[in-house]
Amino acid sequence: MSPLRTFETGLRGILSHRLRSILTTLGILFGVAAVICTVGIGKASSDSVNARIAALGTNLLTVTPGSTAVGGVFGGTGSANTLTMSDAQGLKSKDNAPDIEAVAPVVQVRESLVSSSTNWSTQVQGSTPDWLVTNARTVQSGRFFTDGDVQSHAQGVVLGPTTAQNLGAGIGDTVTIAHVPFQVIAILGSSGGQGFQNGDDLAVVPLTTAQDVLTGGTPNSVQRILLSATSSDTVGSAYQEADQLLLATHHVASPAAADFTIQAQSQFLSTAQSVTTTLTILLASVAAISLLVGGIGVMNIMLVSVTERTSEIGLRKALGATPADLLRQFLVEAATLSVVGGVLGVGGGLLAGVLIPRFTTIGVSINATPILIAVGVAAGVGLIFGVFPAARAARLAPIEALRAQ
Amino acid sequence: MAVVALVVPAAAGAPSAAAEPMRAEVLRLESVSKVYGTGAATVRALDAVGFTVDQGEFVAVMGPSGSGKSTLMNIIGCLDAPTDGRYWFGGEDVSRMGERQLAHVRNRRIGFVFQQFHLLPAMPAWRNVELPLLYRTARDRKGAALRALAQVGLADRVDHRPSELSGGQQQRVAIARALVTDPDLILADEPTGNLDSASSREVLGILRQLNVGGRTVVLITHDPNVAAVPRRVVTMADGRLRAEAA
Repeated sequence: MSPLRTFETGLRGILSHRLRSILTTLGILFGVAAVICTVGIGKASSDSVNARIAALGTNLLTVTPGSTAVGGVFGGTGSANTLTMSDAQGLKSKDNAPDIEAVAPVVQVRESLVSSSTNWSTQVQGSTPDWLVTNARTVQSGRFFTDGDVQSHAQGVVLGPTTAQNLGAGIGDTVTIAHVPFQVIAILGSSGGQGFQNGDDLAVVPLTTAQDVLTGGTPNSVQRILLSATSSDTVGSAYQEADQLLLATHHVASPAAADFTIQAQSQFLSTAQSVTTTLTILLASVAAISLLVGGIGVMNIMLVSVTERTSEIGLRKALGATPADLLRQFLVEAATLSVVGGVLGVGGGLLAGVLIPRFTTIGVSINATPILIAVGVAAGVGLIFGVFPAARAARLAPIEALRAQ
Repeated sequence: MAVVALVVPAAAGAPSAAAEPMRAEVLRLESVSKVYGTGAATVRALDAVGFTVDQGEFVAVMGPSGSGKSTLMNIIGCLDAPTDGRYWFGGEDVSRMGERQLAHVRNRRIGFVFQQFHLLPAMPAWRNVELPLLYRTARDRKGAALRALAQVGLADRVDHRPSELSGGQQQRVAIARALVTDPDLILADEPTGNLDSASSREVLGILRQLNVGGRTVVLITHDPNVAAVPRRVVTMADGRLRAEAA
């Protein structure tokens, strides 16, 4: 039998068993489309989580004080006041720490803010202009305070958007914090509401002013120092530089005895990435199950149809078809159905990938690997279960096959 | 072991237009046996059968069910291999052939007509008739199929599916399918078994016409009325050819 005629015979077999062909194609189609969509959704959410974390500042390092140990009782990280303004000054040196771009010492208290109309309790941070850079924040309106404002102990406050809204305060309004009037000089842009604290509900004032009126205590100490590396590639060396410098200025001999801790935001990123990897694996298993279910459907249809067609196989054998002729015919049928189903499935998956983000808030990120795997598995199932039972039937004696009804 | 060898006399029956002087042998069975099963369950379906059919003959093989006539038909039709003995078809020793070669012989030289018609329901009549031509090199398969359908009087039914045809018409499509390859032998297994008497007469009439036109026809049946149509009748019982009524 010539290849062309084999192909013709196979296609005629498909056309003359329309329902079976449609069901098989649908099984493969939905299996493939489901895999593309679920993996795409998983990939998109993982991408978006990563992007939001990256927006928090992947080059950010946070220096916190070590713990106090009074009479053997540990006070926990940050309970000691071991970080000072001079530490921050030292880290700012381009000679000692060339990979550190910005340094923002921070003090922080919870205070009640009073505007002309209402009051609102929130986090008040005292810092320097580098606070904007190290927190990867922007100003929505007004201008952030300057180094000059820090030196002059200026009584200006920058409000988070949520705080400004709750206080009903705008640029130029006066807000009283701990009985001291501050003028609102800027409103921050939204942070996207990430992290453990709401980044949109806070107030920032110059460090010196905060030390004067809010925190009191030792004027030179800070609660933490935010550092930002020159780029995400230099976070490692920035970490080293900060570590060496602080060990030296604190006169600590061994790193194990350090009275401070440096944390990189990228550690948080890798944790978050492992979470989204788990999410992707979960969605991929859902996809694999749908592929499996589709594959079992295809398998059943193929098995049943070959059984139904045993007498056709017997007739074709009686009329002179060799087992090889029949095998090739069923191969063409199964391959055509698998390829058509696979291509339609890819089309359906891609279409869903376009439509789902358009009509919902769910993002879909299409990539090649799941498409190839899905098409491969679906086509493999179609081929194996289309061809093997047929091959078995083709080996039957024609009279036995003819008798089957 | 008794060998029932049946030598067809040259003068069997009145010479017809088809049975020209040249009476070449189409098939010959020499002491063919077919045994099913092993040990105590052994069934000897054919027991040393000898049987010859010449070109242009119309032969009925008659016998009750269980007599071995279906086994004989399977062996004549190259659908099954004999356990013992020799089978010559058109001068070739078919009993020694492998599956591929047997498929080739079935396709080129034998046209089958089955009791159950065995038409493919999803295909129109002409596609069914075309079927054997798919397994050989043939030009203008549709033309050949239409000519064969015209020969059985179904020129106006070529696009009908089997379900749209009567039983008699379906069996005529099957006969057209047997004819389309221009075979050396038409082998009909109970061709009227599923038909009413009018359709049976119609189908037997077509087979007789084909024989008059020169075709060699072997008809397997249990029905004496059907067996009355051919000129030569052989009777089977218990796996042996019993007698031959001229």
